[in-house]
Amino acid sequence: MSRNPAPQLDRPTRQTVPAAAARRAPVGNRPPIRFDASRWLVLGVLVIASVYFLAPVWWLLVASTKTDSGLFSGNAFWFGHFAFFDNVRTVFTEQGGIYSTWLLNSALYAVGGATVSTLISAMAGYALTKYPFRGREFTFNVVLAAVLVPQPLLAVPLYLLFSEVHLVNTYWAVLLPSMVSPFGVYLARIYAGASVPDELLEAGRIDGAGELRIFFTISMRVMAPALVTIFLFQFVSIWTNYLLPVLMLANDKLQPVTEGIVGWQAQRAIGPSAPPYNIVITAAMISAVPLVVLFLSLQRYWRSGLTAGSVK
Amino acid sequence: MTTAPLGRAATATPPVAAHRPPRHVRRRARTAALFLAPFLMLFAAMYLAPIGYTLYQSLFRMHRDGLGLSAPTQVFAGLANYTTALGDPAFRGSLLRVLLIGVVQVPVMLGLALGLALLLDARSTLFRRFFRLSFFLPYALPGVVGAIMWSYLVAPGLSPITAAAHHLGLHLDLTSNGMLAPTIGNMLTWGWTGYNMLIIYSALQAIPAELSEAATMDGCSAWGVAWRIKIPLVRPALVLTTVFSIIGTAQLYNEPAILHNVAPNLSSTYTPIYAAYDAVNANNFNAAAAESVILALLAFVLSFGFLRLVQHRGAAL
Repeated sequence: MSRNPAPQLDRPTRQTVPAAAARRAPVGNRPPIRFDASRWLVLGVLVIASVYFLAPVWWLLVASTKTDSGLFSGNAFWFGHFAFFDNVRTVFTEQGGIYSTWLLNSALYAVGGATVSTLISAMAGYALTKYPFRGREFTFNVVLAAVLVPQPLLAVPLYLLFSEVHLVNTYWAVLLPSMVSPFGVYLARIYAGASVPDELLEAGRIDGAGELRIFFTISMRVMAPALVTIFLFQFVSIWTNYLLPVLMLANDKLQPVTEGIVGWQAQRAIGPSAPPYNIVITAAMISAVPLVVLFLSLQRYWRSGLTAGSVK
Repeated sequence: MTTAPLGRAATATPPVAAHRPPRHVRRRARTAALFLAPFLMLFAAMYLAPIGYTLYQSLFRMHRDGLGLSAPTQVFAGLANYTTALGDPAFRGSLLRVLLIGVVQVPVMLGLALGLALLLDARSTLFRRFFRLSFFLPYALPGVVGAIMWSYLVAPGLSPITAAAHHLGLHLDLTSNGMLAPTIGNMLTWGWTGYNMLIIYSALQAIPAELSEAATMDGCSAWGVAWRIKIPLVRPALVLTTVFSIIGTAQLYNEPAILHNVAPNLSSTYTPIYAAYDAVNANNFNAAAAESVILALLAFVLSFGFLRLVQHRGAAL
């Protein structure tokens, strides 16, 4: 359990030498691959599976380029009258431009919550591995147990507590719970344990540096890849959170984009003056863009976080 | 769950012993406390306090006097809220519903994830990167966006699936009462198969190639290698994904809540969290507290029960 997830990532894929050569060869002179029935079958299954996973997203992309009436006619999976830019303009001007407020709120919650939680998780995880003290294992086990407590199960209890102390319907109602990430502490501990050498800390101490200075100037730099992963996971979980804000925030000026869009969708079910389907669809799609960009640009860190749980 | 012992976590201070430890050891322990303090304070406030407060609230009820003129007062109710919740057919129904969805959907999803991971891991598979990315894409999409997308993909009038069935002469309404559970199961399978597949796939990649090669040389078929070598070796990953999935099903809320916008027939107590949310909306905080505790206990019992079960069956984790 104390293995460093990072080396996992760059480990060369294990394979026999001839297979590796065949796979790494440029497309032009790849040796002929024998196509037997079983290989076609495998390919067929994989293609069907990828159609299942990709077709709905393709539908979403196509639907965001259509007019509202266009959604109800013609081929659902192909373009009709191209209205994407009109849709985007409507999304940002609907209800006095509240959509940009929602995006800004989401950014505030996600950046603020993830920054604080990354910093305090790094400090806590580092302390849990680099300083011996009584109760250390117990503290870590409590954190580990908390990793298994899912956020949605805590949302109603948090609401009950926050309504008692009158924090409901404030920015803090979403920001404060977002600052705590037991998973971040877990990740920081295993990473610091595996990658920050004790000799480095001793060297710093001999040079007369204080513990805080050693942490902020030396250890945090070594822990940088883990910090990126913690930030990424926390950012994503805050950006996609729906239950907590929908419980806490009735004032639509404070809402994040997830709650805002579902609110539009719900209005749509009630009255005709609400944003039409194509606007809800375009709004939903735009709200996913930051995450898809993060995911594609930081794939390496995604995988290290996901596999951290299964590396034992 | 276990709030009483958890409370002591915040007091991770150095021991006060008769023989005081050397100065630098004491100083390091102080530094550790300093480093841990911000996290532990927030953790106590955002995890332990709400859990404790909810347990407390679940034991009380609001008492209104006969005429309802004076403000309601809180009186001790013992376990009355729990018996009320468990006696409520709507709440019991919500528990049964997530159990049913879990029993059917989790094995389907994990079977699919394992199958796809094995196919991707097979030596001769083509376009591995493309397939891996396309299976994982749903996980990169926010859950709410996926749920809105699926709600329209099944909404009568808008759904291309219903339209295609209509072309074939079939009448299909994916939002009818009987179809709600399969529709939600499909939303979960679509959203989470790729995530589980990636965890299993990473475990498969960690198996030394020599093992499968030796088996192949001994005349073991690809099926045999998968069944006898690869699957037993990725057992920890399968256990992990199963526990995560059980917990995930217990906390089901987004999908039914969003589907409700296109399927008004979906009840507002469809899942336990949905029911607790409904109780909050009705200002019945004590009921919401009791329902949350019951749900947490259920999730806890199921996931740990599963862990015990697989540990008894042999190979430790």
